[in-house]
Amino acid sequence: MGLTLDASIALVAIAPFLAAFVAPLLHRLTGRWTGWVLALVPAGIFAFLLSLLAPVARGEAIRAGFDWIPSHAIRLSFFIDGLSLLFALTIAGIGTLIVLYSGAYLAGHRHQGRFFGFILAFMGAMLGLVLADSLLVLFAFWELTSIASFLLIGFDHRRQAARRAAIQSLAITNIGGMFLLAGGVLVHQVAGTWEMSVLRDMGEVLSESGIYGVVLVCMAGAAFTKSAQFPLHFWLPNAMEAPTPVSAFLHSATMVQAGVYLLARLSPTLGGTPAWTLTLTIAGGATLLWGGLGALRQTDLKQILAQTTIASLGLLVLLIGLGSPAAIAAMAIYFLAHAFYKAGLFMVAGAVDHETGTRELTALSGLGEKMPVSFIGAALAALSMIGLPLSIGYFAKEEMYLGLTGGDWPSLLALLVLVMGNAMLAGVALLLMIRPFLGPALATPKPAHEAPIAMLAGPVVLGLAGILAGLLPGWLGHDVLVPAASAVLGRPVDSHLSLGLDPASLLLWLSVLTWALGILVYRQADRLRTLLRRFETALGWTADNVFDLCMFGLIRLAGVVTRFLHHGQLEFYLIAVFAGLAVALFGPMFAFGGFDWLVPVAELGDWSQRLAPPHLQPYEWGILALAALGLVAVLIAGTRLVAILSLGIQGTAVALIFLLFGAPDLAFTQLMVEVLSVVILTLVMTRLRLDERDHRPFEDWARDGTLALVCGVGVSLLLMLVLNGTLDPRLADFFTRTSVPLAHGHNVVNVVLVDYRGFDTLGEISVVMAAGIAILALLRRPKMPAAPKPPRRRAPRRQAAKAPA
Amino acid sequence: MNTIIFRTIAPLIVAVMLVFSLYICLRGHNEPGGGFIGGLIAAAAIGVFGMASGVAAVRRALRIDPMAIAGFGVFIAGFSGLLSLFTGAPFMTSIWVFPQIGATTLALATPMVFDFGVYCVVFGTLSAVALALESDREEV
Repeated sequence: MGLTLDASIALVAIAPFLAAFVAPLLHRLTGRWTGWVLALVPAGIFAFLLSLLAPVARGEAIRAGFDWIPSHAIRLSFFIDGLSLLFALTIAGIGTLIVLYSGAYLAGHRHQGRFFGFILAFMGAMLGLVLADSLLVLFAFWELTSIASFLLIGFDHRRQAARRAAIQSLAITNIGGMFLLAGGVLVHQVAGTWEMSVLRDMGEVLSESGIYGVVLVCMAGAAFTKSAQFPLHFWLPNAMEAPTPVSAFLHSATMVQAGVYLLARLSPTLGGTPAWTLTLTIAGGATLLWGGLGALRQTDLKQILAQTTIASLGLLVLLIGLGSPAAIAAMAIYFLAHAFYKAGLFMVAGAVDHETGTRELTALSGLGEKMPVSFIGAALAALSMIGLPLSIGYFAKEEMYLGLTGGDWPSLLALLVLVMGNAMLAGVALLLMIRPFLGPALATPKPAHEAPIAMLAGPVVLGLAGILAGLLPGWLGHDVLVPAASAVLGRPVDSHLSLGLDPASLLLWLSVLTWALGILVYRQADRLRTLLRRFETALGWTADNVFDLCMFGLIRLAGVVTRFLHHGQLEFYLIAVFAGLAVALFGPMFAFGGFDWLVPVAELGDWSQRLAPPHLQPYEWGILALAALGLVAVLIAGTRLVAILSLGIQGTAVALIFLLFGAPDLAFTQLMVEVLSVVILTLVMTRLRLDERDHRPFEDWARDGTLALVCGVGVSLLLMLVLNGTLDPRLADFFTRTSVPLAHGHNVVNVVLVDYRGFDTLGEISVVMAAGIAILALLRRPKMPAAPKPPRRRAPRRQAAKAPA
Repeated sequence: MNTIIFRTIAPLIVAVMLVFSLYICLRGHNEPGGGFIGGLIAAAAIGVFGMASGVAAVRRALRIDPMAIAGFGVFIAGFSGLLSLFTGAPFMTSIWVFPQIGATTLALATPMVFDFGVYCVVFGTLSAVALALESDREEV
């Protein structure tokens, strides 16, 4: 191929996004064959990644990437070792089947093209996530998976439940995203690099640093939210609102596995400490048991599967927490086994739902005759889920138990949890395989018939893959287990998978115990369900309720804050603004000793000289008198109109002062502003139907007056301070010197406005326009009904204190 | 206030003010003036016109909604800055051309377009506000 390795690896993450953009358009052209066409994209990625399998299995690590933000040494870097390749292959492989499946599942849906776009983008985000080397790239793709899953879960956006589930998953996983960002930044602070491949070889740098605990909390927070660990697991069952292909993809290879991937990827860097082991094993173990019990509580096929996903995620986290070579190897194999059987079972559940109209376990029975291929798919997946020999699930279970036969009590406890969890999963697998398909046939809402081939391809291929992998332990060990486990552990491990069953081995008997318990769970499933439901009712609340409480509490808090700050009383807004101005004026003056500068203590004895009248021309005195006259007139004016006009007089006098002291532009503008202010204030007055006179109670008058005085004094002091200082003339000189040669203008003020500082002016005029639009919006508010507004102040007070101004 | 004298003389004043405002806007580069002041004068003219002839008449005479004029102003101000893209210079680097028409040399430049944008924004926004206030409960 003509592409460099860098480009091709980047393309693995980017191509699905490109395909996502064209998917809706393509769908118009290809109609019902879109699924087959678009499946070529993930299939191509799968084939390309497969070609990397051989070098990676030899222990090579492939790095690729481009400079992203070179000034901050941030690279769009990718890194392929056994772990990321295992995840990427699973994502691309299952993605191919899912795209095919959605073509049939959503056939004829109005927004099928959009759906393809979303799911391809989701896959791209996930591929980018597992291939990323830089923590920042990982974070970016991490957030993209959150957004894409939000779109997918809320795909059926007309249903309230779907919207709620989408928002819930977005909220929870985004909290995790923030944790990841914080953790990544901390790691960067300590280790000085973003690249995880470098971090991996740095050894104990992080676990020995002082902020190890914080980093661990951040990273665990990120992984636990994404991978739905107890007690943050509740968003995952709700995400079942998404169309089934999404659930199948989300639960098997993508999204929820991101947290598992993160923990596995970071375990050489952060792992090995007691805190790590304790956090992960406790959270994982609790999640495993909780998910298993949850699955037994449900009767909806998809809900059951969702709860088993929670259990499996707990299992994976538990294994990473244990961290022994056997546990890590088990993690790698179990991830693959789980992806195979979970995607397959979800697709079967979707097919059953699609073809019979229900997915209620109690309403389904004897479908095996009408849907034989689906039954085979379900059975193959269930075999792997139970962990019977000849399936990949068997090896996963063997490996899990292998490291825990040591006999010390933490191992025994973990073993007990694992056996119980696996037994529950086995029981559920039996339920899923036997209940809907065997036994007497029941009538279904839609007459049952076999699903189309595109929907059957997934379960059958994945089921066979699960068996095939189980039959080829050599390949599985060499190409999957060893590279992935070595990547996590940072040292080569041996593969010891074999097909042989050794009756003397404890492991076999542990497996037998698991199966026996599984059969017991299956036989007692109905009684267990009743018990669990009674317990749930007795408990009364779930994590889901807590989430609702938090969300509604947040909305209520926002309401309270808004009502407090945005109370709608103009005079208090103005008071707040001017009080803020006063603080802004006087605060720095006090803080930086401006008063001492203004009135040096040494010169205090010389007051007579300081109070001498300035030397001004008579006409200048006249203008000052005019300004003072306007000011006094404002204060003693009988009506508002006179006050407004008097303010205009004062402003005009100021404009004249500007004119006299050599600022014609400023004077000109000031004059126009004064004229327009008078006009607009008068208009506002008539518009608001204010009284002609200003009746203000004395307290208000005193308050407003004080505030005005304080602000006035503050501004005056500030100006005096500015004049006291020495002005740096460099900028002014530059403008004066260059305005003609550079900008061809003699009016420096204008040249500065439209040329030197044109960008500022552009911002300012945008603000002017935005303010205009806001004013228009306020003025055009729908008219209140003619009912007179209740007087805001009590009438007696108003009469008692007639303010003089 | 709405006397016959005011109503008769108002259109005259308005016309003079509008022309004057453009003059002020254009001469701004070399003498006191500029788009901001010009826009203020023009807006004042619109205010006077509105008082004399009523808001409906002003809107008819303007033809274009004043807020649209303001929006146009922001647009051409930003656009004049974008023109420098074609010379490969940074945003808002001014471009000057001096075409000869007969004996006079015209100085045309992007800052002039920019200043005209400022004029439009100030004029449009303030006129819109003034008209909305003047229209007093009949029309809005």
